[in-house]
Amino acid sequence: MHIMEGFLPPVHALGWAAVSVPFLAWGLRSMGRALEAHPERRMLLGVAAAFAFLLSALKLPSVTGSCSHPTGVGLGALLFGPAAMVPVGFVVLLFQALLLAHGGLTTLGANVFSMAIVGPFVSYGVFRAVAALGLSRSVAVFLAACLGDLATYVTTSAQLALAFPDAVGGFATSFLKFAGIFALTQVPIAISEGLLTVLVVNAMARFNAHELRALPVMALRTREGA
Amino acid sequence: MNKRSWLLWAAIVLLTVLPLCLISAAPGTDVFGGSDDRAQQAIGTIAPHYKPWFAPVFEPASSEIASLLFALQAAIGAGVIGYWLGLSVARERARKAVANGAAPEQDQRAD
Repeated sequence: MHIMEGFLPPVHALGWAAVSVPFLAWGLRSMGRALEAHPERRMLLGVAAAFAFLLSALKLPSVTGSCSHPTGVGLGALLFGPAAMVPVGFVVLLFQALLLAHGGLTTLGANVFSMAIVGPFVSYGVFRAVAALGLSRSVAVFLAACLGDLATYVTTSAQLALAFPDAVGGFATSFLKFAGIFALTQVPIAISEGLLTVLVVNAMARFNAHELRALPVMALRTREGA
Repeated sequence: MNKRSWLLWAAIVLLTVLPLCLISAAPGTDVFGGSDDRAQQAIGTIAPHYKPWFAPVFEPASSEIASLLFALQAAIGAGVIGYWLGLSVARERARKAVANGAAPEQDQRAD
């Protein structure tokens, strides 16, 4: 999902940055408040951030014959709300842009929007929707992490299609082309991320049951899911 | 770990390994490149005249160095998760020992 350095025209680069900055400010504020009110959650927030660090460094092979990486931001979005994951995703993307020439500073706004904003918010929304349907916690966590991951790559495809519409078919043709590269590759990887997130949430439910129950999102579920 | 966790791990491993077995490179083409690079190539076909207007401020000297930095990123993440898991297991064990009426295990060795 990394749009390479310099590969978005300046207007697009600035536009996506302008959209992302308020989310980043909101995320920093909500994170600071959460930690101030509940310092005992520092550990779990650290684990969620570490999960994003770890997963976004792993480039996994996919059935399309190319490699892509999971994002790992779904977990934190479920635990601490989607805004808290914006700064985490931002740090990961900045690290990769500065040290790895992976993504870039000019495309940071667009990449933050897809990975650190759309991904967490979709995960959070899916989790609440599935939980409201009364399905088990594991199903909700799996679908949330999986679809959030996929949404990030669909967003990247749309961002590139907006910047580079096809000469004949326009946005739609370009979008299908980029989605064929990004979203299709991502399907098995998104499933893997969903399964991994279920494993981590299960471990948290076992070891940090007390903290987990106190989290507003997890408290939505009264039935401890199998 | 319970049986279900093992099944989940097995599914993750299968999802990762199967593509490697199912897809073989046609002669003269490279396989399992990054999808980011493929997107870059696609931009090249849609807008052949587009020139990137900014270059990365720092580029790893080689793909070896890049993989070093990626490994570092993964290691930081895995380290924190490992610390949490280790601490959690030890805490659970201590809690159980207390619940069983015994004092938490004392380390008898003198270091």
